[in-house]
Amino acid sequence: MRTLSHLDALESEAIHIMREVAAERERPVLLFSGGKDSIVMLRLAEKAFRPARFPFPVMHIDTGHNFREVVEFRDRRVAELGERLVVASVQESIDSGRVVEQTGPRASRNQLQTTTLLDAIEEHGFDAAMGGARRDEERARAKERIFSFRDDFGQWNPRSQRPELWNLYNARIRKGEHIRVFPISNWTELDVWQYVARERLELPSIYYAHEREVFRRDGMLYACSDVIERDPDEEPFTATVRFRTVGDMSCTGGVLSEARTLEEVVDEIAATRVTERGETRADDRVSEAAMEDRKRVGYF
Amino acid sequence: MATSREMQATELLRLVTAGSVDDGKSTLIGRLLYDTKQILVDQLEHIEDASRRRGHDYVDLALLTDGLRAEREQGITIDVAYRSFVTPRRRFQLADAPGHVQYTRNMVTGASNADVAVVLVDARQGVIEQTRRHSYIVSMLELPHVVYTVNKMDLVDYSEERFDEIVRDLSELASRLDVHDAQMIPISALKGDNVVDRTESMPWYDGPTLLEHLETVELASNAGDSARRFPVQWVIRPMAEEHHDYRGYAGQAAGGTWGAGDEVVVLPSGLRSRVARIDGDGGEAIPGQSVTVLLEDDVDVSRGDLLADPDDAPVVAREVTARVCWMSERAVEDRARLLVKHTTRTVTARIEQILSVVDIHTLEDRERPGKMELNDLGLVRFRLAEPLVVDPYAYNRLTGAFILIDEATNETVGAGMVVDAA
Repeated sequence: MRTLSHLDALESEAIHIMREVAAERERPVLLFSGGKDSIVMLRLAEKAFRPARFPFPVMHIDTGHNFREVVEFRDRRVAELGERLVVASVQESIDSGRVVEQTGPRASRNQLQTTTLLDAIEEHGFDAAMGGARRDEERARAKERIFSFRDDFGQWNPRSQRPELWNLYNARIRKGEHIRVFPISNWTELDVWQYVARERLELPSIYYAHEREVFRRDGMLYACSDVIERDPDEEPFTATVRFRTVGDMSCTGGVLSEARTLEEVVDEIAATRVTERGETRADDRVSEAAMEDRKRVGYF
Repeated sequence: MATSREMQATELLRLVTAGSVDDGKSTLIGRLLYDTKQILVDQLEHIEDASRRRGHDYVDLALLTDGLRAEREQGITIDVAYRSFVTPRRRFQLADAPGHVQYTRNMVTGASNADVAVVLVDARQGVIEQTRRHSYIVSMLELPHVVYTVNKMDLVDYSEERFDEIVRDLSELASRLDVHDAQMIPISALKGDNVVDRTESMPWYDGPTLLEHLETVELASNAGDSARRFPVQWVIRPMAEEHHDYRGYAGQAAGGTWGAGDEVVVLPSGLRSRVARIDGDGGEAIPGQSVTVLLEDDVDVSRGDLLADPDDAPVVAREVTARVCWMSERAVEDRARLLVKHTTRTVTARIEQILSVVDIHTLEDRERPGKMELNDLGLVRFRLAEPLVVDPYAYNRLTGAFILIDEATNETVGAGMVVDAA
């Protein structure tokens, strides 16, 4: 008898979740960062709703410190799909005084995104925001539901989560509240790459090995750019690197790699000995409970 | 480690682990991840560091899975955690359900999607109330396979007699509760005996290690050979000239194998048609697969309807008797009004009567208790305001399951498994 492969099973689960959100919520939105996870999410949405249009817009929280390649990719991909793009800007949140920019060499706009996201959700009246977060990324995420309920302040309370059974999701909320939904919760980094390979998905070029001017900080390699201040002893040098995540440039590190094709990247990931976030995301390194704290206040 | 290409086509096995706080469940999971080399350098450094800070003289593998701050502080696992690992033979997805008495609902939650339950038994204590409770839930949720891991064998001098004694008790329990395919394995999670690698310490045991068993256990296709079921989730109607006549019924197949030409009855309406085409990979669908079904006739179908095999159709029910796990801190009484979400349909229901609640010590039923409290397991008769299209849960885990929602708070307050419907 035929059984589903693990990628088929994960794909079907994610499609089911997206359709459930579309059916049960009035104003959903699909969050898109330009990263590989959200590129997978776009493909899943195509599979869930084609030949019709997506029953929701696509929203990008633009920190203003994104890799240029990623922003170009975002605009092109959404145009190819013929879907609606909403851009919420952290720069505007700063300009309007909603948030205050951090300063100094360790400044990052990563945390400021939370305010911009919550403001955009309120402004557009979104009641469900779908994102590409995965449970294997971080320990707090391992305990988060697929349909993750947020109160009027956008806060997550890990102690009062709704039980999730079978494929039955409770998407009911009160006015002012919203849910975050993570259709690829159960995927791992390797599953994502295998799916990218299977579906022949195009990714922003920074995911593949390329030469770039970088500097070393806390054991990670950061791209030299005008959004990060370097300490005097942080000497720039040229290296062949690729990025495993494409967050804000101020907190996303690259890894030394010669993997220039999709197959080479997949093999390298399969053999890797360091987790994705531990290797390349400075924002999780701040404390043992860093992610949990950020999620409680409304971070994705 | 296998290369990416070898892992492309592996199957996904979903498992749930159950055990009480002191059974060493977190250590077992940590051991499984560690010995299958899933623990990466930075995670290992992190737990080595945390173990040192706590004054442990060994690396505490339990720290790998205890995710939330409150848990780390109290040293217990408070909620279901999900994690993945992969071997060259299978991709595993593990729901880690806390076993403490208050958390029956977490075990029910974790078990609802699982193919296999791993139940921990402390070799020193043998079969205790926890074990009975977990076995009861595993049986109630119709899990196809159960593995009893008799842990801490190192603390009973790896005694074969002690293991045999526990096996006798477990076998008796499993047969009394009608637990499917029960396997017993003597292990020590702390020492790594028989978890992934075979041990020298128990030469008298010649069965599989835990991982060997999980890699080879047959995957439940309660599935492709069952009667055809397809809950309609979403109707795809492109408002575009080029797809003018397209009308597709999107959903996740819940039973049988679907293909073009299959006869279909639409329930509850009873209208008949035939499958014209299936949009999705391969043009056919088996349970668990999300596809879009197109019908030959222009019949009225919407979300909440169920497509089924006309020769083996489910029941269109206004009255349902079901096993229920109550999950809310507020008790529920006879005559209570609730929402029932079943497949893709949500209806209002009233509890006609709570027929019985099981006493977890004796596994005997207490008749007509009048109410159910948090973590109670009982048999409940519901009357529905609108019909649901159901199967008995023992026949189909997807069309026989529902959740209960409190209309006032929107919380999920219970889980139900259909026993009988009319």
